[in-house]
Amino acid sequence: MTNEPKHSLTVECTVNGERVRREVPARRHLADFLREDLELTGTHLGCEHGVCGACSVLVDGAVVRSCLMLAVQAHGRRIETIEGLSDSGALKDLQTAFIERNAAQCGFCTAGMLLTAHQLTASGEAMTRPEIREYMSGNLCRCTGYHAIIDAVEAVLRSKSRTP
Amino acid sequence: MKYPDFAYVRPASLGEALDCLQKYGDSAIPLAGGQSLLATLAMRLSSPEILVDITGLTELSEIAREGDTIRIGALVKHVQLLQSPIVRGATPLFTAALPHVAHVAIRNRGTFGGSLAFADPAAELPACLVALGGTLVLGSSAGRREIGAEDFFTGLLETDLRPGELILEARVPAQAPGSRWNFSELSRRHGDFPLAGLAAVMSPMSEARLVYLGCADRPKLATATAGMLRGASYPLKDVPGLAAALAEDLDPADTPGCSAETRLQLAGTLTYRVLNDLQEIPAR
Amino acid sequence: MSATVKDDAVIGKGFPRKELQRLLRGRGRYVADIKLPRMLHLAFVRSPHPHARIVDIQTAEALASPGVVGVYIGKEFTDSEPLVGIALHRRGHKSAPQYPMAVDRAVWQGQPVAAVVAETRAEAEDAAELVQVEWEELPAITSGEEAVAPDAKAIHPEIGDNLAFEHTISVNDPEKTLAQSHIVVEQSFRFERQTGLPLETRGMIADWNPGDESLTVHYAHQSPFQMQEIFSRHLGIPPLKIRVIAPDVGGGFGIKLNIYGEDLAVVMIARRLGRPVKFISDRLESLVSDAHARDHDIVAKMGVSAEGRITSMWLDDLGAVGAYGMPFRFNVAEGMMCITMAGACYDFSSYWGRTRSVYVNKNLVGMYRGVGIPLACIVTEVLADKAARQLGMDPADFRRLNHRRKEDLPCVTPNGSQLDTVSFEECFEKVLKLMDYDALRKEQADLRKRGILRGIGLASFVEATSYGPPYYGPSQASISTQDGCTLRLEPAGVVRCITSLTDQGQGTLTGIAQIVAEAVGLSFDQVEVMGNDSAISPYGGGAWASRGMAVGGEAALNAGRALKQNIIALAAAITQNLPEALDIKAGEIVNKESGAAVLSVAELGRIAYFRQDTLPKDADVQLSVTRSFADNHKHYYMANGIQASYVEVDEATGFIKLLGHWAVDDCGRIINPLQVDEQVRGGVVQGIGAVLYEEFMYGPGGGLQNGSLVDYLIPAASEMPDIHVAHVETPERTTQLGAKGIGEAGLIGAMGALWVSVNDALQPLGATVAHQPFTPERVLLAIKAAKAGR
Repeated sequence: MTNEPKHSLTVECTVNGERVRREVPARRHLADFLREDLELTGTHLGCEHGVCGACSVLVDGAVVRSCLMLAVQAHGRRIETIEGLSDSGALKDLQTAFIERNAAQCGFCTAGMLLTAHQLTASGEAMTRPEIREYMSGNLCRCTGYHAIIDAVEAVLRSKSRTP
Repeated sequence: MKYPDFAYVRPASLGEALDCLQKYGDSAIPLAGGQSLLATLAMRLSSPEILVDITGLTELSEIAREGDTIRIGALVKHVQLLQSPIVRGATPLFTAALPHVAHVAIRNRGTFGGSLAFADPAAELPACLVALGGTLVLGSSAGRREIGAEDFFTGLLETDLRPGELILEARVPAQAPGSRWNFSELSRRHGDFPLAGLAAVMSPMSEARLVYLGCADRPKLATATAGMLRGASYPLKDVPGLAAALAEDLDPADTPGCSAETRLQLAGTLTYRVLNDLQEIPAR
Repeated sequence: MSATVKDDAVIGKGFPRKELQRLLRGRGRYVADIKLPRMLHLAFVRSPHPHARIVDIQTAEALASPGVVGVYIGKEFTDSEPLVGIALHRRGHKSAPQYPMAVDRAVWQGQPVAAVVAETRAEAEDAAELVQVEWEELPAITSGEEAVAPDAKAIHPEIGDNLAFEHTISVNDPEKTLAQSHIVVEQSFRFERQTGLPLETRGMIADWNPGDESLTVHYAHQSPFQMQEIFSRHLGIPPLKIRVIAPDVGGGFGIKLNIYGEDLAVVMIARRLGRPVKFISDRLESLVSDAHARDHDIVAKMGVSAEGRITSMWLDDLGAVGAYGMPFRFNVAEGMMCITMAGACYDFSSYWGRTRSVYVNKNLVGMYRGVGIPLACIVTEVLADKAARQLGMDPADFRRLNHRRKEDLPCVTPNGSQLDTVSFEECFEKVLKLMDYDALRKEQADLRKRGILRGIGLASFVEATSYGPPYYGPSQASISTQDGCTLRLEPAGVVRCITSLTDQGQGTLTGIAQIVAEAVGLSFDQVEVMGNDSAISPYGGGAWASRGMAVGGEAALNAGRALKQNIIALAAAITQNLPEALDIKAGEIVNKESGAAVLSVAELGRIAYFRQDTLPKDADVQLSVTRSFADNHKHYYMANGIQASYVEVDEATGFIKLLGHWAVDDCGRIINPLQVDEQVRGGVVQGIGAVLYEEFMYGPGGGLQNGSLVDYLIPAASEMPDIHVAHVETPERTTQLGAKGIGEAGLIGAMGALWVSVNDALQPLGATVAHQPFTPERVLLAIKAAKAGR
């Protein structure tokens, strides 16, 4: 068999629209790949065991936890982080709403919140406030009490569902 | 914590994956969505030598209907299952249970087969599969075999999977015409594993199929309870003998913060609520 | 009174925070994000046992592990000055000395015993698993009660017994007053252990420069100057050779105010290696090593007259504070706050209270939001409801009758709390209106008939904010209770402000910018604030005890006024006006009477810095000013508030559903309502977490059973209610600014209100739940006990 298990591999993928190629240890998770290898430190590690959601990124457009995915599994995939989605303007409405509503305090959970909210608002499908709360419930915040975050997401969702 | 060191291999085909699992036996673990496996590595609770990444095997990622059987590939993601019109049409119990499975980001990556292989007795999908009377198709380099879901789960986080074997798919009979179903669970926070849960299917021609979550070491049919409820009139209220039947079917463990006794009590409450509500749900 | 905000005012408006532009775009810079040349990573080996003797430690295998640079064990660090967490003004307060890592015995599960330094964190963790510690397990003391049992073995024999501190208050014959009361209600309370859990774990990088023997520490901490003092005192490094920088910090809540043995170990190792060493606590180790909080058993009584007036309170508190005294901030604080603040909102004069802090084989209890005040609030409000019910009074009427009245202020409560600008009655009437109390009571009564258990809880509380010199001074902890502010007018007519405060998300820096802008006469955007650096900032305390606006804000106000005076003096010289005739508005120097623009501040700046040749020969150009502020004899600025909670308890499952939550606060003058409201809401949800979810669970031998975020539950969005917030503004009278603190109010009131509402819901069953958190099982057990007792 030519395909032998390896402790170190090459990963080639697109990160925020840029093609990157790095040699990484097999055990490195995607969050550390982004933070340590690519120095994209906007993705945070709050628990590093898949609970808090601070490390959320988009993989092929879907929000996932980058602490529960190997860097080598990003091979051939399209990764988007808070930095890329901010620079492209994709998060502009949400960011504006979060700032106006003071929906972030320490900012540590916020990248994950924004990315989950991004997926929530992307479809423009109307949701009730409890539905928004449920959708966002995999992202933990210790500062805000969530109310302001839900307000901000709700405001963006409303404006999106009004404009088809 | 950082994952412990391991070697990684990404087989290009199912055959190669099975060969690989055969070759490395106990030292290799298949890696699918990784939402349970990688979390255990992140706590350094296990340290496999080799992870065999099967996520590239697209042939295991399909949902298809063949007559009265639904085939769900092992690599079908939770989100795919949740959104599938086939699943909603034929096995709506899954559709009812899936919003309770963790959170959006986990459902975007976690797989059906992964959940079955992890075999958490409080998990939603194994319970639903047992309630629906599904069968698993397991593959190894020696060939394939089928096993009923109830026989597949053998104990706490334990299954009948042998070294070198991989879950390929589940075959689930479509819920019978006239059947009713309901799913509910009691979890501290949305998305957490429940303290207790109940997946229920009732068909006119057969006995209720009840599977409780978090109340035994594995998902299994609560046959004593179903038998006791045969011919019961609804809404159920203060059914004598229910507690005894549940005690016969279930064997919850004492866990920090929730005793076996409490879990049994919650299972009783769920029985009333789930089955009474079920009567209100239009039959298929 | 509610202050009206003028259009041209800057204070009182809800400006969004400037730093959010950065933080929301993934461009924050937290300590974990910082990389230094030749930086190494450190991982600790921690005790798996609550109490065990170290028979032997073998490190050779770990040293040989790939990437490892050094392995260190506790006894190599005994040349540092040990931490001794006692407050010198608390007579009898005792603690054993604590070294950076366990030396020959570990006294709590999670105590560091060895440290591994490697090229990467992963390699350090790999090697940490190879450090072989031979343990001899010893019996652990796992509860406060065990600790004070007559035959209890002292955890630290050198201090005699496990009693860290005991304090009793007895005022106005409490025994007799209670005995003569029409009714006496009594309740015992249990509060499990929890932690503050900022989403960013603790972390630091120690960078020792062997060239000039200086130390730079990048540290996610609330008080850089405190840490400068600690590193100097305990490691013998001259203070001028130490710089502590707090970068963006991912939440603190008091947890990042405490002092940890690891702090010293990391610095000592960096000094030995001459290379930067980074320690980022993993979440799993954070849970066992970040300061814990609560862990109290309380028994309390309240005497009430036939008319429903409180006559006396009696409160006995036992707090299990861990294995050592928490340095500088002290493990006596929770108990002392509890017994001194209980009943503070209500008018009575007889009191007995005792607190005992005792050592157990658990992690150290330290500062966490609210400290002991939530306990005081809960005990008082639960007893108040109980008394009201026993007398057949509506709980709101009971509180209305007993609240301390404005005309009785200022006063000192029997247990020693100093009340001045508090507004119990106004807040109370406001919250009743906000929640529509009568309608909710009617709904509750209607639903009760259908067997639905709804509960309403009211909780009045005080929040002692901005603890000042009379408290920390005599403790001799070298904690700066003053804060400073430096302002520098730049040539462009804008002001750079450097504050001694730190900001972990509260919006403190934004509030300071508003105060400075208004004081000088600039717009909000013309002021930029920074802090968080012990080498640059004026000396001061940082963030603790909800003091940012009240203390640091006052310093900023004074600095702004001084700078304004200097600008006007210079403008007068330039424009040949009398200083008295000039004012500054929105960056323009104007004629005070006519409002006509005389000179822009930008033009003045240009002249002052680049065209001094055009100034009169003796013109004194002083466009940088520093002011500091401390209220030398003030213990604290007492803020107050009230909260209300509406819940439904599911009798069959024990689950509690939060239906509504209301908070009315009086934090004095509000600098930024947007920040204040979210401080309240965030605090409320932490309070809900404490009452419903958060708990460290220990097995029979004292071993922790839930050391991950999978099973240590904190509140998530789905179950939390919307939180309605309103304010009463009674300015603090001893300061110019009039601000008091708001950081802890949300948590204090929420805990009280939730305790009361859940127990109110259980009334028809005659059940009481008094063991926090209120898990479904505890609620079910309470219901079962009530049914069995009938």
